Amino acid sequence: MVERSRDLFEEEGFSSRLRSNGYKTIFKMNRINQKLSENKKLLSIYFTAGYPKLGDTVEIIQQLEENGVDMVEIGLPFSDPLADGPIIQASSQVALKNGMTTDLLFQQLKDIRKTVSIPLLLMGYFNPVLQFGVENFCKKCAEVGIDGLILPDLPLAEYEEHYAEIFRKYNLINIFLITPQTSEERIRQIDAASEGFIYMVSSASVTGSSSGFGLEQENYFKRIASLSLKNPQIIGFGINNSETFQQATKHAKGAIIGSAFIKMLSDKGIAGISAFISAIRKV
Amino acid sequence: MKLNKQIPSAAPPNYNVNEKGYYGEFGGAYIPEMLYPNVEELRQNYLKVMAEESFQKEFHQLLKDYVGRPTPLYFAKRLSEKYNTKIYLKREDLCHTGAHKVNNTIGQILMAKRLGKTRIIAETGAGQHGVATATVCALMGLECIVFMGEIDIKRQAPNVARMKMLGAKVVPATSGSKTLKDATNEAIRDWINNPLDTHYIIGSAVGPHPYPDMVARFQSVISEEIKKQLNEKEGRENPDFVIACVGGGSNAAGAFYHYLDKMEVGIIAVEAAGKGIDSGESAATSALGKVGIIHGSKTLLMQTPDGQITEPYSISAGLDYPGVGPMHANLFASGRGEFISITDEEAMDAGMQLCKLEGIIPAIESSHALAIFESRKFKKNDIVVLNLSGRGDKDLDTYIKHFN
Repeated sequence: MVERSRDLFEEEGFSSRLRSNGYKTIFKMNRINQKLSENKKLLSIYFTAGYPKLGDTVEIIQQLEENGVDMVEIGLPFSDPLADGPIIQASSQVALKNGMTTDLLFQQLKDIRKTVSIPLLLMGYFNPVLQFGVENFCKKCAEVGIDGLILPDLPLAEYEEHYAEIFRKYNLINIFLITPQTSEERIRQIDAASEGFIYMVSSASVTGSSSGFGLEQENYFKRIASLSLKNPQIIGFGINNSETFQQATKHAKGAIIGSAFIKMLSDKGIAGISAFISAIRKV
Repeated sequence: MKLNKQIPSAAPPNYNVNEKGYYGEFGGAYIPEMLYPNVEELRQNYLKVMAEESFQKEFHQLLKDYVGRPTPLYFAKRLSEKYNTKIYLKREDLCHTGAHKVNNTIGQILMAKRLGKTRIIAETGAGQHGVATATVCALMGLECIVFMGEIDIKRQAPNVARMKMLGAKVVPATSGSKTLKDATNEAIRDWINNPLDTHYIIGSAVGPHPYPDMVARFQSVISEEIKKQLNEKEGRENPDFVIACVGGGSNAAGAFYHYLDKMEVGIIAVEAAGKGIDSGESAATSALGKVGIIHGSKTLLMQTPDGQITEPYSISAGLDYPGVGPMHANLFASGRGEFISITDEEAMDAGMQLCKLEGIIPAIESSHALAIFESRKFKKNDIVVLNLSGRGDKDLDTYIKHFN
């Protein structure tokens, strides 16, 4: 009986598969979960959509995949990015000036799944999502093939009360952050609410402000690793070269690079992607 | 002009904050996880600390001896004659440092000390909140860093000098539009970078819960005094109307606080229309804003259809904010408050008129509230209390330029 309905669902395609949460997890594994189950340390790259040029989005994603990046976070630019340092702030301002909008980003990503198969996440602040309409936003994400969302200013309690159901309906994984100041009790809550990975902020800082990891970070990475959480952790903030990538992934499943990548883009453009990624991967 | 007077009902709804940090659908704490421990520490402690006898004693002692409270409730005879109604001015302009802002900074610095914080940060637009924060930091011997938009630093040189004299470090906000909204962003970023030893003194009834409620409670001394003073003068605690200007809304929150659930008291909030609501240069959030998230709070804010926060404009730096505190968003949405917007021109005329009629030079923010008497008519026997939030010394340049 189960087998038969499973075939039926697969033939009917994506939308009907969404009807049942139970079935979804059985045979439409999110690309993020698939990637996390691979036996390797993951490199994830963040960039701001619409930067350096408005039309660069698709080519940047394609280049990242070709150069062996495991996962991409596409930044939806916002006028007031509270958690970001100067580099990502500036890239967001340029992107908005270039004319980037939520609508345009979805148009640009319309055919992305024809050429790209690695997990793609959208990262941004909650207000533009709220204005687009949370359900409408999630629906569009599912249509273009987005796998997850990172919305740092959407708090856990709000998410669970109002939005978790919508995210699940569209098979989107919501990623939560933890920091060195997050209590163990809250880490456990976040772990319970997470279905992909936990975004581990390396230190008390906005993006792009670290110069290497010291003993304090090392201890924090070890402490989190020893908690045996159900979700793997990916470390972000302050990773900018091969050394910090190695340090971070010693204790975590992967690492995310944002500001350093954007800085490279502003210096060298898309042509610099290949050299940048191989330098990070170099042991 | 729009009239939204609420019909009194038997069981008035709650216009104050609920246990989840919301005023109706507005408020909450939309903050990145990096800020969660700081804000949560404050949320868990603020009511407890404020209820301590030693806190209350120190707070009220300082308000009395240092700020100069209670501020007078002054019957403005000539202004009342001119508009044929009974107008009282609550003289917050007579507070130390020149405005109501200091009520909140005194309260918050005492809170910070009890939470064991040693470093104080603040944002400022025109510099009034920056000066009030630098003042209390000097008083308590705490390190003070004030973030101020690069453009505002140039526009408000005297206040920058004041803050420096008081020992504060003034850090220019060079991101975004380089004004108040960006100074607030920079202060929040600093707090993310310094989560353990730092308290952020927000200057208005904005930000994530518990800030709007905490600021409103510190400012509520304004309406507490009005009740008592009006009772002495008129034999009743409740005026027919209470009027205040609203940028973020801290002076209004204080003036309205004890009247929120008194349905017989009309609440009038006055916003800055700038060069006119439809001019593209305005700060009238109730007219131009939509529900969104700004600085950690769900409220009404001015934004593009795509959810990018837009730049407001007002001649008054204190009203030049693209959002409004969640308490006021709810007063507007529920119809409890009547919201009126006043242009630069109308405000400047009203400010000048108060100089001539009463010998009081008001802050341009307060001049917006004063300007409503031209169009909003009151009955002869109405008792109208207007919160004169600040004095105009800081605005002399603007007044002089405008009338030359």
